Amino acid sequence: MSRRRHSDESDGQPHKRRRTSEPSEIEERLESLICRVGEKSTSSLESNLEGLAGVLEADLPNYKSKILRILCTVARLLPEKLTVYTTLVGLLNARNYNFGGEFVEAMIRQLKECLKVNMYNEAVYLVRFLSDLVNCHVIAAPSMVAMFENFVSVTQEEDVPQVRCDWYMFAFLSSLPWVGKELYEKKDAEMDRLLSQTESYLKRRQKIHVPMLQVWTADKPHPQEEYLDCLWSQIQKLKKDRWQERHILRPYLAFDSILCEALQHNLPPFTPPPHTEDSVYPMPRVIFRMFDYTDDPEGPVMPGSHSVERFVIEENLHCIIKSHWKERKTCAAQLLSYPGNNKIPLNYHIVEVIFAELFQLPSPPHIEVMYTTLLIELCKLQPGSLPQVLAQATEMLYMRLDTMNTTCIDRFINWFSHHLSNFQFRWSWEDWSDCLTQDLEKPKPKFVREVLEKCMRLSYHQRIIDIVPASFSVLSPANPVCIYKYGDESNRSLPGYTVALCLTIAIKNKASNDEIFSILKDVPNPNQDDDDDEGFTFNPLKIEVFVQTLLHLAAKSFSHSFSALAKFHEVFKTLAESDEGKLHVLRVVYEVWKNHPQRDSDDDDDDDDRSSDREDGPLEEQIERLQEKVESAQSEQKNLFLVIFQRFIMLLTEHLVRCETGGIDVFTPWYKSCIERLQQIFLQHHQIIQQYMVTLENLLFTAELDHHILAVFQQFCALQA
Amino acid sequence: MCSGGTLSILRSDSYADLSQYRDQHFRGTRYEQERLLRKSCTLYVGNLSFYTTEEQIHELFGKSGDVKKIIMGLDKVKKTACGFCFVEYYARGDAENAMRYINGTRLDDRIIRTDWDAGFKEGRQYGRGRSGGQVRDEYRQDYDAGRGGYGKTVQCQ
Repeated sequence: MSRRRHSDESDGQPHKRRRTSEPSEIEERLESLICRVGEKSTSSLESNLEGLAGVLEADLPNYKSKILRILCTVARLLPEKLTVYTTLVGLLNARNYNFGGEFVEAMIRQLKECLKVNMYNEAVYLVRFLSDLVNCHVIAAPSMVAMFENFVSVTQEEDVPQVRCDWYMFAFLSSLPWVGKELYEKKDAEMDRLLSQTESYLKRRQKIHVPMLQVWTADKPHPQEEYLDCLWSQIQKLKKDRWQERHILRPYLAFDSILCEALQHNLPPFTPPPHTEDSVYPMPRVIFRMFDYTDDPEGPVMPGSHSVERFVIEENLHCIIKSHWKERKTCAAQLLSYPGNNKIPLNYHIVEVIFAELFQLPSPPHIEVMYTTLLIELCKLQPGSLPQVLAQATEMLYMRLDTMNTTCIDRFINWFSHHLSNFQFRWSWEDWSDCLTQDLEKPKPKFVREVLEKCMRLSYHQRIIDIVPASFSVLSPANPVCIYKYGDESNRSLPGYTVALCLTIAIKNKASNDEIFSILKDVPNPNQDDDDDEGFTFNPLKIEVFVQTLLHLAAKSFSHSFSALAKFHEVFKTLAESDEGKLHVLRVVYEVWKNHPQRDSDDDDDDDDRSSDREDGPLEEQIERLQEKVESAQSEQKNLFLVIFQRFIMLLTEHLVRCETGGIDVFTPWYKSCIERLQQIFLQHHQIIQQYMVTLENLLFTAELDHHILAVFQQFCALQA
Repeated sequence: MCSGGTLSILRSDSYADLSQYRDQHFRGTRYEQERLLRKSCTLYVGNLSFYTTEEQIHELFGKSGDVKKIIMGLDKVKKTACGFCFVEYYARGDAENAMRYINGTRLDDRIIRTDWDAGFKEGRQYGRGRSGGQVRDEYRQDYDAGRGGYGKTVQCQ
């Protein structure tokens, strides 16, 4: 009897084969075992590691390459669990010397690969992993020192970008918290030499880029240090403390008797790959600090800014966010379960690290809204403690607004207003009444005003009036209704009033464009002296009556406004053929919607490009046409940037000249805001702008320019120098 | 090569995955629906207050990227907002970020819920409840000031 095959065609789904114990399933199982070692277990991490080492050792004959791949990947992608996996590798090496050797070789291959494809951040984690393998008796200390000697000698290379030397220096220094002690014990003379070479490099490297990356311009209460300077201070202090480091969890210490019996491998000599045209090194950073030990008097003491513990904690917390940014609940849980919970004020570290990312210049590592939601999840998991730390942080940020970078203030406003909208807008606004006595353009009142504006956009006008004390009304946003000048009977005497009424009825009755033109025909033109040159003048009153009436009718929502603009596109085109006509349309739109910031910005979008040619014809022609379009767009983009920079230079120069001749201080709130906006443009679009450097240098940012403005350009150049 | 791979624990993206919900009115196979859901740039947004405006939705959802279009959900009879909408982005990545970071947070003090939608079609902007609003408002027993008070069946008692 023939067997009929059951087919799953009823829902059109491709037929799935039943699989059992396929290689990919085994790989998944191994990966899961390795990645989740120690999680949700009643036994200690050490006994879990020992168990896992046994399992993997048994699997080596059949699955060696898979295990190698997984361990290499884990070394690269889970740096927050570095010492867990170096311990595991140490145990495997003790049981199987050859495997240890193959692993080290695979790691070196992976490191070279990463450097070749500009994956410098991940390469640092690989270097750190290798150095911690010294602690696990997998790699011999002298060979690690030799690798670091090759790293540091990159600083002697000529005609290479400083950022290249910086990376090799960073890879060396940032491994020392883990392995400094061991390396110094075995090779103190060599290490001293390396450290002295480090010191001289750090002294001679330029730091023009620093002001552009600082969140605050002031050095008090916490200096915003350049990242290599800060790390150097931390390593110097570590050395002074005889390399005693007590924060890092080192599971391998429990296995010392096993591991010290193991044979070690020598790292092969490592030559840093040469600099090429395609090399793109990480940009320098400034270390964000907002807390110190005085901020949490009740709890455990916060490690000092130059302690190596501070460095390790911050590194690990940043790595956790990098690993789990897509999963906000997991991310929050992982942050809060960071080991050492009771010895450090963890909530403060977490809040500081999150704001460090949110305010990072040029841009945060992840989308801004992620940080808002992550903080909300953290508040949910620690309702008794985290909200207070967050409130304290907000207060501190507010107090320091006067010296905060404008871009960072924008992010602060966006974060705070969105955060409040999740907590019924509850805030102790009275605590900030000091800002009410200041000039409204000063940073603090401006901040409060913009926060309230954003809060209103997320809710509604009356809500905001209700949540702030009456004294704050001067900073409250205006009610965002449209201003229709022909709306009130009292405006009957305005020219065009009756036409506006007719137009309203006509549009409601779905009049055609021709009918609208005939209604508008009789509107007198206040500009026109004679009727002859119809082509060159425009009728501002016609425009006013039409645009005001239309927008008023379409005021219900965005969609209605957009539909209106689209429907009456032809009328707009006719009324506003000239440039002055177009400008007048914009003016009227502004007048109607000036109280509603969202509408104002959206309605301005001109729809000139409605007629885009359909792409027809042979493929090569299409491609050629598209290429031309791209080139012309690129050239337009370059011109756009040049025009923007030129305008900034004009405005700023005007201000600077006026101040200098008048003998007044240059640094007004307007000036600070303007020059920081210029910086922001450089930073936000740095990849595109870097293509125009020569033009910018020769045409706009020349030596004759005022040094205040030229400094911004020079700082930007220094970022990739 | 080693430097290319990733780990499945790091691939986890549960907020952006498809939910269990499938629109029963979808015209096409289950497979076709899921194919559309997986490449969609449109989100369904639920549990809105009847008073939440398009501008508010735009302000909030604009935080994960440029919003192409918002279509407010309407009561089929009254043609007024009935507490849901569709948000369409230009880029799928922006919609994914909305699923990761805006879903489950508050708008007008209500926890809103977002889910993938196979794409707006005329007619889908109307509630499917018998009284004209959403089905959930037909039968619910509680009082919800932002959604017309008591459920419809309760109101008719």
